[in-house]
Amino acid sequence: MKKTTLLSTQHLALLTLALLAMCFAPALLKTYGLYLLTLWLVYVIAAMGLNLTVGYAGLKSLCHAGFMGVGAYTVAIMMKAGISFWIASPMAIVICFALGLVIGFPALRVQLHYLGFATLGFNLLLVLFFRNEEWLTGGTFGIQNIKRPDFFGVSLESNTSFYFLVLAITVIFGVLLALLLRSPWGRAFAALRDNPIRAESTGVNITAYTLMSFAIGAAYAGIAGALFAPLVNFIEPAPFGISNSLLFLMMVVIGGSGRFYGPVLGAAIALLLPEYLRFLKDWYLAVFGFTAVAMMIWLPGGLLSMKEAWQLSQAKRAAGQKQIAEVAAAATAKGATA
Amino acid sequence: MTDFMQLLLSGVAMGAIYAMAALGFTLLWQAAGTINFAQGEFVMLPAFAMLIGMSMGLPLWASFIVAVALSILVLGAAFKKWIVDPMRGSGVVSVVVATLGLSIGLKSFVKAGYSAEPHPFPSIFGDEVFKLAGVTISYSDVGALVFAGLMVVGLQMFLNKTITGRAMQAVAQNTFSAEALGINVKRMIFYTFAINAILVSVTALLITPTYLAKFDMGDNIGLKAFFAAIIGGFNNSRGALLGGILVGVLENLAGAYLTPAYKDGVALVLFLAVILVKPDGLLGTPQERKV
Repeated sequence: MKKTTLLSTQHLALLTLALLAMCFAPALLKTYGLYLLTLWLVYVIAAMGLNLTVGYAGLKSLCHAGFMGVGAYTVAIMMKAGISFWIASPMAIVICFALGLVIGFPALRVQLHYLGFATLGFNLLLVLFFRNEEWLTGGTFGIQNIKRPDFFGVSLESNTSFYFLVLAITVIFGVLLALLLRSPWGRAFAALRDNPIRAESTGVNITAYTLMSFAIGAAYAGIAGALFAPLVNFIEPAPFGISNSLLFLMMVVIGGSGRFYGPVLGAAIALLLPEYLRFLKDWYLAVFGFTAVAMMIWLPGGLLSMKEAWQLSQAKRAAGQKQIAEVAAAATAKGATA
Repeated sequence: MTDFMQLLLSGVAMGAIYAMAALGFTLLWQAAGTINFAQGEFVMLPAFAMLIGMSMGLPLWASFIVAVALSILVLGAAFKKWIVDPMRGSGVVSVVVATLGLSIGLKSFVKAGYSAEPHPFPSIFGDEVFKLAGVTISYSDVGALVFAGLMVVGLQMFLNKTITGRAMQAVAQNTFSAEALGINVKRMIFYTFAINAILVSVTALLITPTYLAKFDMGDNIGLKAFFAAIIGGFNNSRGALLGGILVGVLENLAGAYLTPAYKDGVALVLFLAVILVKPDGLLGTPQERKV
């Protein structure tokens, strides 16, 4: 019997290659390039969490930037109070997880669509909180000079060392997600997305699992936020608004929701493409939005589904031609007998 | 007390305006299964159309008529033909993402192509106020309330009393049986999109004097419309009116007596409270789930 391995050899080889490339990348990049690469990894963590919620469990969550903000503010406020990053960032995860449960519970009791609205409204509320509670969050001025952490006495203040910290955390959380998806939990999430009522009748407690997938997604946004704050050194309410929540959903869907590497690609497109399309200026988001619409019409499975979509259209065309050939053959046969 | 009356009245007026956007939103959902996350931008676009019309020298009422015609064409027919129709059968999430993309696209388009600044917008009922038993009342509040009320009641009558309206309801309830009964389903669905286009144009006319014409004005309006629709009952047209007025009044009162900073959060709190107690909304009826 074939031994089941975690990853195919080809997959493993590609992954190793990609990791090696990521390890050597800082040597080739200038300050801004390295900053973008680090930011990309932060977005990848957040988008991976959203992919669990949207892509694997089929829930629409529109509060991801808000959760990321909660993570970022938690870390910033605690570190300003002299608490270590290594205590503050787990706190950020726990708080986001708990908030996910609180906001998800009422919405999920009713209808899956309602979660979309509830989360959108909650994101609005979070931004109002960040902006108005000046005693805690600094209001519109935000929190400045957020230090980067030490790791057992080694300072991670430099851009390169902080990059490696983010890379390590991305890999750890990626592996955790992969393991989760392979566990019975992951299969329950997929069952939930494909047919909630069938899942329920086979004994999956849908409320508990939907709630879990949402809260775990929120926790991933929390760790992303916890890394975002020390990366940019300065946080204010703007990056955690509704429009960035929409952007996160776009990342997941454009990359390919429900595909493990979808968010990796989606985050790259949402973050790196604008850098190359600087000449479009304000028009970039308009192009981005309309492209998303076009993609949902022609390629609803996202960029990573291109191969399948192409194969499907080829198969359809082949089937169509076969049918035409058969009809033609039948017609000629008929003509021959007549 | 007079303060309270004033807040109540302007809250009801604002709520009636929310109700119109909410009504269009529920109609689309019922007839075509489209959750339109760009509904707020659908209000923003006619506002800018009217603004452009006025800058070309047209009076407000004429630009409004032009805006309605354009809305039916673009937000009704083109939206249905090029976005909603091709996506039939590809699932709710795809439609949601497409309308979200549309929302981002339209906002950025207006921001980049027209202006990022808020523009003042005249009220069609003028700026005058009058006093009644010590309460200062503005004509624009009363006008908005009457106009929105007439729209909602008129639509209700149209849906219940005319053959076309009843056919539209039949399509919303059960497309297959409606088709079997000889109803032109496609045409009825188009009517729904056209009605939504008219509703958002009227919403734009009435709300823009308060909200100002700005590319992101739709964020708030869209969200309030969703919440109003669900609070009132997603499958009930009168529910949208009730939900809208509740949201409008409560946020006005909360803004004045509790905290102005969290005024925009009132709709969310009300929404969460309502779905915890009555999941189908205040006037909604329970819906069956399909396997």
